[in-house]
Amino acid sequence: MTDSAAPASDVLVRFSGVRKTYDGETLVVKDLNLDIHRGEFLTLLGPSGSGKTTSLMMLAGFEVPTDGEIELAGRSIRNVPPHQRGIGMVFQNYALFPHMTIEENVAFPLMVRGMDRGARSAKAREALSMVKLEDLWRRRPGQLSGGQQQRVALARALVFEPQLVLMDEPLGALDKQLREHMQIEIKHLHQSLGVTVVYVTHDQTEALTMSDRIAVFDDGVIRQLDTPHGLYEEPQNAFVADFIGENNMLAGTVEEMLENGLCRVALADGRHVTARAVNVTAAGQPTRLSMRPEKVHVEDYGPQHVNRLIGTVKETIYHGDHTRLRLAVAGNPEFTVKMRFRPNRPRPEVGERVAVAFAAEDCRALDAPAEDES
Amino acid sequence: MSEQNHPLKARLRRAERMRQVKAFGLIAPLLGFLLISFVVPIASMMMRAVHDTELSSVWPEVTAAIPSWRDRKALPDEAVFAALAHDIKASHKDRTLSTAARRLNYDLRNGRSLVFSTARALPETAERWTDAVIAANGRWADPETWGAVYRASGPVTGFFLLAALDRNRTATGRIVVAPPDEALFLDVLKRTFVVGLAVTLICLALGYPVAYLLATLPPDRGNLLMILVLLPFWTSLLVRTAAWVVVLQEHGLVNNALIWLGIIEKPMRLIYNQVGVYVAMTHILLPFMILPLYSVMKAIPPTYVRAARSLGAAPATAFLRIYVPQTLPGIGAGGILVFIMAIGYYITPALVGGAGDQLISYFIAYYTSSSVNWGLASALGAVLLAATMILYAVYNRLVGAGGIKLG
Repeated sequence: MTDSAAPASDVLVRFSGVRKTYDGETLVVKDLNLDIHRGEFLTLLGPSGSGKTTSLMMLAGFEVPTDGEIELAGRSIRNVPPHQRGIGMVFQNYALFPHMTIEENVAFPLMVRGMDRGARSAKAREALSMVKLEDLWRRRPGQLSGGQQQRVALARALVFEPQLVLMDEPLGALDKQLREHMQIEIKHLHQSLGVTVVYVTHDQTEALTMSDRIAVFDDGVIRQLDTPHGLYEEPQNAFVADFIGENNMLAGTVEEMLENGLCRVALADGRHVTARAVNVTAAGQPTRLSMRPEKVHVEDYGPQHVNRLIGTVKETIYHGDHTRLRLAVAGNPEFTVKMRFRPNRPRPEVGERVAVAFAAEDCRALDAPAEDES
Repeated sequence: MSEQNHPLKARLRRAERMRQVKAFGLIAPLLGFLLISFVVPIASMMMRAVHDTELSSVWPEVTAAIPSWRDRKALPDEAVFAALAHDIKASHKDRTLSTAARRLNYDLRNGRSLVFSTARALPETAERWTDAVIAANGRWADPETWGAVYRASGPVTGFFLLAALDRNRTATGRIVVAPPDEALFLDVLKRTFVVGLAVTLICLALGYPVAYLLATLPPDRGNLLMILVLLPFWTSLLVRTAAWVVVLQEHGLVNNALIWLGIIEKPMRLIYNQVGVYVAMTHILLPFMILPLYSVMKAIPPTYVRAARSLGAAPATAFLRIYVPQTLPGIGAGGILVFIMAIGYYITPALVGGAGDQLISYFIAYYTSSSVNWGLASALGAVLLAATMILYAVYNRLVGAGGIKLG
């Protein structure tokens, strides 16, 4: 949404028409066009096998694009070997060299660049203090915890001041608490150093927390490239709506296109809903409606919630500040609603029929699943 | 509480003991086998290297009397001469003289003829045995002759160990270097270690790239190549060595091919010399280098080299600074394995080497079976064992025992 408007000098990496196949039959990456801006934190998000890691490896130089061009700072890097690209990289399993001390590990990029011993030692210590590990310089990687090892890997990728740092699921091996802590730490490092980061993950929470922009990959193509807010609030297609956060999907058919970008959709049970037309263009098209659980109201709605349906309560789960209701609505038995806690408000009983309401703006008419109805 | 605790503890102990007994039962057969077939023979061989009762078993009187000989620069006194004369006559009668003669012959030049001529010339009785014995053979007037008897009197002797290191003791107990025409074993020992080291280095140079290929190939092709590496194990060592004779002999495959190609005019000498020994031993020992290297390389994820490349290391730098150091445990294990096997090699050098290419095992076998000098054979074995252990200790200090990884 925002990338095409940026001036060309601001673009650090440009993928144009990049395709990649390993076996000559199936394309792992199909026609990738992507501009990465200087200083931004861009995440490639997608399920495994969606082509995000392959794209990262092509940028790092470990895979060769079958077709198309990758430019780094305006120059094609087709014939530049990995060690001359000046790109720092952090791997999922850290890849710290086990036979070297922490300091030697961090100083390695400086050593291969011919910096003398004293200078590179000082610089390595400086980088280690940046990740708050200056006291552990003498240890070996095996003596460090997973989180510490990952910070060393970060320091090592940043110590030679690359213009671009790639991270391939760097937090995948850490437990949840440490992972959340490291997300914030990496984000702070990115902000204070101003370095460009391309980050690969399959964890959408991680992507939403850290990124300036997220490219959602599926089956070798980018389904949507947007800010975290844009992806969550305005998913452009059913895949993104389903992949990012929780979503309720209802199948239907467009009956009529209305003004102000709205449309009228007939559901499977014959009821009608007014929705924002996102990628439907004409009456008669099949569509999928998408609603966030927190945007749907049960028995507690105002005049703006123009869409009203009837649901049967299947399950209620108490979460303290809210209660999750699982309802059967218009043929979807997994329709989820987040009901905010209110004093003196009775919880619906299982089996009860309740009214479900939502605004037209909060209901997005997206593409219907094509051939793959899985 | 305590009444209840005690039976609980006792039960625990009994349960633990049962487990230990079971575990011991599982390893007991192997332990027994190792004890009988490995530890006991080695220990008894080591004993033989320093244990010497050959002379005292046939000449009991003189070996008992000779410790009274104090001034080694002079002759022993009459009692010792008398004991010698008595022993010689007794053993001559019992036909055990040759045992004594053989033992003295290890230490004395022409010791054998000395003993027999003395026995023949010795009178039945004598006024003074000192004169009679010296009259029978004048060499008894030399204290060095008596020194040999003294050194052979047992039961513990350093004679064989010294001999294995080309050293002698004089009558007065000084250790001297053997004369050059008798010195042999230090050269053999040196040759053994040089050949062992060279074969190890050749195996490393040839095996490292193969192991690298094996570890980086996709599994299906890797397995095929692995079978090729292991193929030699399916043939007997003797057959493989004999095959090298066929390949390398004067009119063998290599020479004929080279002549046919016009590279050489006359056949080269490729066998019954060092070339043959190196070629055959390297071929036989190569898998022992490749396998430990392969197992170590297989465990090194490719991300290390990738990380090094992304951090700015050229391919050669990444390989030498990141990959090779991580394969050191494999190099150490393969190297130690090949080296220790190489210095113990016997049959291959015996078949494809020349007279001057025999390793120490050949001499151990020779003294064990041909000349029945078990003392010297054991002493050579002990020297080989000691040298190996010293080298291993040095290696251990440099690399550390944790630096060895066999699988």
